[in-house]
Amino acid sequence: MKYYRLKKGRLDELIDALNKKYKVIGPKAKENLFVYGEIENAKELSLLHKPTILSLKKYFLPQQEDLLNFKVGDVSGKIVEIEQGKPLLVLGAHTCDLAGLLCLDNACNDSSKDANYLKRKTGAVIIGIECSKPCDEHATCVTMGTHNPKGGYDIMLTESGDGYIVETASEDGEKLVNETKSAFEDSDKSAAETETTKLRTEKNSWPKKIFPEAKKLEALFDKTLKSAEWGKLGERCVSCGNCTNVCPTCYCYDVKDEVDLKLKDGVRYRIWDSCQLKEFAEVAGNENFRDKRKQRQQHRFLRKFSFPVKKYNRFFCTGCGRCTRACMAKINLYETINALAKETI
Amino acid sequence: MTQTSVKQSEATLAPLVGIIKSVRQLTATEKWLKIELEGGKELGHDPGQFVEVSMLGIGEAPISVSSSPTQKGYFELCVRKAGLVTSAIHGLKEGDKVGIRGPFGHGFPTEELKGKDLLFVAGGLGLAPLRSLINFVLYNRKDFGKISILLGCKEPAQLLYTDELEKWGKMSDIKFLCTVDKGAPDWKGNVGLITNLIPGIDIDINQTYCVVVGPPIMYKFVIVKLLEKKVPENQILVSLERRMKCGVGKCGHCQIQQYYCCQDGPVFSFDKIKNIEGAI
Repeated sequence: MKYYRLKKGRLDELIDALNKKYKVIGPKAKENLFVYGEIENAKELSLLHKPTILSLKKYFLPQQEDLLNFKVGDVSGKIVEIEQGKPLLVLGAHTCDLAGLLCLDNACNDSSKDANYLKRKTGAVIIGIECSKPCDEHATCVTMGTHNPKGGYDIMLTESGDGYIVETASEDGEKLVNETKSAFEDSDKSAAETETTKLRTEKNSWPKKIFPEAKKLEALFDKTLKSAEWGKLGERCVSCGNCTNVCPTCYCYDVKDEVDLKLKDGVRYRIWDSCQLKEFAEVAGNENFRDKRKQRQQHRFLRKFSFPVKKYNRFFCTGCGRCTRACMAKINLYETINALAKETI
Repeated sequence: MTQTSVKQSEATLAPLVGIIKSVRQLTATEKWLKIELEGGKELGHDPGQFVEVSMLGIGEAPISVSSSPTQKGYFELCVRKAGLVTSAIHGLKEGDKVGIRGPFGHGFPTEELKGKDLLFVAGGLGLAPLRSLINFVLYNRKDFGKISILLGCKEPAQLLYTDELEKWGKMSDIKFLCTVDKGAPDWKGNVGLITNLIPGIDIDINQTYCVVVGPPIMYKFVIVKLLEKKVPENQILVSLERRMKCGVGKCGHCQIQQYYCCQDGPVFSFDKIKNIEGAI
């Protein structure tokens, strides 16, 4: 691991150089919100963004992707290979979104691998930036421990004066700095470490929205399965699926077939699905194992705070706050957790 | 004929080609299909596993394999016409081709069952997955202890595999009892719920595994009866139905709390799922 410095004034030079080799994506403003999109110059880049509408998930597990092409009447199809264009370079992902990618890494690298995700992830370079101030009242990153860098990046930027402290965390990161050397300056390792450590220690005392400690959350959910709070959520939830779409770690999908109007060619594709939709757990004969909204809301929370802890020893909540921001019924993640916690005191 | 069996990795996306060797209408709503994989490949399934039957352009449906792996050269499915995909499957004729992905999931623990007494309890279409195990056990009869089969369904017209049921009824080394909820003029057997058959079965709880497959409502009542007989929870096995879309533990539709039914199941022992609300 090495340290460099990058002056803010050199960002354009860096982005220019990177665009020659990579498809550079980063956070940019869209009306009063932010999205990840292609970045051509520093002016477009909003490094001090609050979490984007959709997370980085959209690049590695796209909303919709073709799996098989077939001719009508065929029994087996041809697997659609992923187009390998320029490698992806993410510039300016916050640490909560890096945590989201680590969750997806776990899920897609399970006993059965998600080949498309892994192919997209291979060769992608991730440059993160840690927040130097809290983004808004909905984030719960401090409780989830995602407010500070915890891996999942090749390079981490930390704001410092008129520039950034640049930490390379992988060979890819080091290679990138060497390839675009003129944009960077050398830096003293111990001074950089002192500065980042100081900032990260300060960040630990940023306001916490969730009262219980993270280590108590799994037990909290397992203990409150019968709580009346779930009924309240169920009454408010409108089953729109916004929360799962914007969630950086939700990866459920549906598989559909479509045939063109000439009835000649067809495609089997997968598309983001949501456990919040009523049909999600339906089986033949109209049996539905989660036909109530409260069951589906509980399922969503357990898939973030209980099941993945048992399976991967990791929360699948990154504290980004997207589900709370996107909820039309104002279902709030930390208020729900705090209400459950109150019952167990 | 080569004996290569299907690897899971091959099975994840592109369906293999299955050739329909024969089709038989078993009941008003169920069809029995005998399928051979192209190139003489063996499916290589365990009793209780399922395949995704793929009708390109329409979709896929998870269907339990209803034949025993000891039956080489082909495998059998029993498909109830319930939705778009299964209706399309019902339109298949002898010689037609169909896409097959799998086999998927954990089937019945045949090694663990060796040497044990077995009580099979099947309700309705639950006989289809159970038949793969029953026929496996009958093929390897000497490896198992006492065998009892209890079968229940709504009415005589809905009984599946009636030829085989007749054979089981005549076998001296198994006990076979069948009941229907509603009788019919030519029905000579039991009438009533399947739970009524359980008290009459002599179970040595130290060495009996009860394998129960049927609709959710049946599990609730049958398992209570078995627990009343003091059958240990880990010796009660069930096979659960969910809407498996991918078959590889990703798409999320079949999730039962921390389990993916398509990977951790569809066969579960009761102790694993007893505290999970909505599992059965």
